[in-house]
Amino acid sequence: MSRAETAPAPADRRPSPLWTFGLLRSELGTTLRRWRTLALLGVLAAVPVLVGIAVRIETGDGSTAGGGGEGPAFLAQITNNGLFLVFTALAATLPFFLPMAVGVVAGDAIAGEAGAGTLRYLLVAPAGRTRLLLTKYATVMAFCVLATLVVAVSALIVGALLFPLGELTTISGTRISFTEGLGRALLIALVVAASLVGVAALGLFVSTLTNSGIAAMATTVGLLITVQILDQIPQLHAIQPYLFPHYWLSFADLMRDPVYWDDLVRNLGLQALYAAVFGSAAWARFTAKDISA
Amino acid sequence: MDVPSTAERAAGRGPDADRESVIATRGLTKRYRGGQLAVDGLDLTVPAGSVFGFLGPNGSGKTTTIRMLMGLIEPTAGTARVLGRPMPRAARTVLPQVGALIEGPALYGFLSGRDNLLRYDAADPTADPRTRRTRVAAALERVGLGAAAGKKARAYSLGMKQRLGLAAALLRPRRLLVLDEPTNGLDPQGMREIRALVRELAADGTTVFLSSHLLDEIEQVCTHAAVMAQGRLVTQGEVAELAAGARGRLVVTTPDPAEAARVLKEQGVGDVTADGERVTGEPPARDLAEVTAALVAAGVRVRGLTVERASLEDAFVALTGEGFDVAG
Repeated sequence: MSRAETAPAPADRRPSPLWTFGLLRSELGTTLRRWRTLALLGVLAAVPVLVGIAVRIETGDGSTAGGGGEGPAFLAQITNNGLFLVFTALAATLPFFLPMAVGVVAGDAIAGEAGAGTLRYLLVAPAGRTRLLLTKYATVMAFCVLATLVVAVSALIVGALLFPLGELTTISGTRISFTEGLGRALLIALVVAASLVGVAALGLFVSTLTNSGIAAMATTVGLLITVQILDQIPQLHAIQPYLFPHYWLSFADLMRDPVYWDDLVRNLGLQALYAAVFGSAAWARFTAKDISA
Repeated sequence: MDVPSTAERAAGRGPDADRESVIATRGLTKRYRGGQLAVDGLDLTVPAGSVFGFLGPNGSGKTTTIRMLMGLIEPTAGTARVLGRPMPRAARTVLPQVGALIEGPALYGFLSGRDNLLRYDAADPTADPRTRRTRVAAALERVGLGAAAGKKARAYSLGMKQRLGLAAALLRPRRLLVLDEPTNGLDPQGMREIRALVRELAADGTTVFLSSHLLDEIEQVCTHAAVMAQGRLVTQGEVAELAAGARGRLVVTTPDPAEAARVLKEQGVGDVTADGERVTGEPPARDLAEVTAALVAAGVRVRGLTVERASLEDAFVALTGEGFDVAG
């Protein structure tokens, strides 16, 4: 017998189908233990606090907030019902803060590991390129949900502390109970999280293009800003329905009675399209890439 | 079962040898996008059970070769088989049996040493999660990091990072260990420990593929070696044979160097050089006893006369025509 044949054969154990979840748990834990992730969540949690305090101070003398119709949606209703702070905070963070946070986490996902060199050790473990990419995308999507919930929960707490709670009036003018309002707030948070799926896929694709986490984050956030500007230029109305942020604020339609679904469905469809296109591009790139970092 | 000796296996080039060997490449070539040829038609054979030294100056293509063997880089041409299976196609079945340290350790600075290993182990689909903590603790103990396991990896010294990288390669029993410069950044005591560890693993039957720029390290621990220069394989074989390939030097120690040099030339010794009281030259074909007699007859006072065995370094310089400078 040669020596090699007496050595144990460690690959005898068949991988458990649940292994992917073990990798996902490790990935989630690693992402959430980065100070950068925690700092982003901290900033997101601070936005509703600032908005709440500002509204409270401004309306301390009995005047109404945002009297001129300026500012994010629902701002005027906050003083009547603290629950509206949830909607206001989501409307305030969705155009920039939330996608920026997602862009940072998504952009860092592959490129950051490549830059630190840890990517090569994950791949020789072997994590498998497709599985690692799927795990990374699942983690970024989990972060989308978490980031949105952080904003919503922070807003709910601040709203409850600073303003009265109770029945609310929908945009259509009907009144719904506080419990139903809470349900709609949760639904809105989930729709907002789903609105970020497109930018998450875009960031992940950018992340497979470079070995520098910083470059990938900057590129993703830069693209986000560019697209947001393009979405504001009236002459470009022909392409605007295909820009990922175009229907973002449609989540307000969930506060109509009955709910107006058209733009909501268009938004979710557009996000799915972006996820499919950039997800495939990221897969094609990452599975064929030479890992030289 | 009749097993051919490692020497026969190393020399063998047929498909049987490919199956027997732990690493076998045929015409393995990598040309980078810029057109630079990093590895050029490599035919490497690493016999099972060997401690294989992979030598070459910086930039000679060692790391590119290792990356191709580990499925990180797609070869431009040629094939690579690791543990008898083609890479990178069979990566999922091959790599769990391979521990690797590639171009230094890479760690998550914000995680403790233990958490780093837990993460790498979680990335291995065949690793049993139930034994994960035990195996991580054992690997940390084995490289002497047991006491520093809870410390953030950011605070580790270079030597400790290197040890943690080794621990990641030792998380499970492996059939092949690929160690790229494993003693980098370690103090002499650490180097000795790693060499002892490599010998121990080899004694357990693990094949060790070791790249190093330290020739004496290769000479001390390796049974086989290959030398690369400018992307090409210059030679491979058993270390003893490689060193023997370079001829030794005849060394005469004498207070009369000028006279000794003259006599040695007369006796057919080539390339005679005198350096202080040391006169050296290529050993002649004739009996050294006659050379000694001639020296004494000429009145040369001889303090010592020996043939110094060639070191691997001599062999290396003879083969590549250069020292360990960066290839241009």
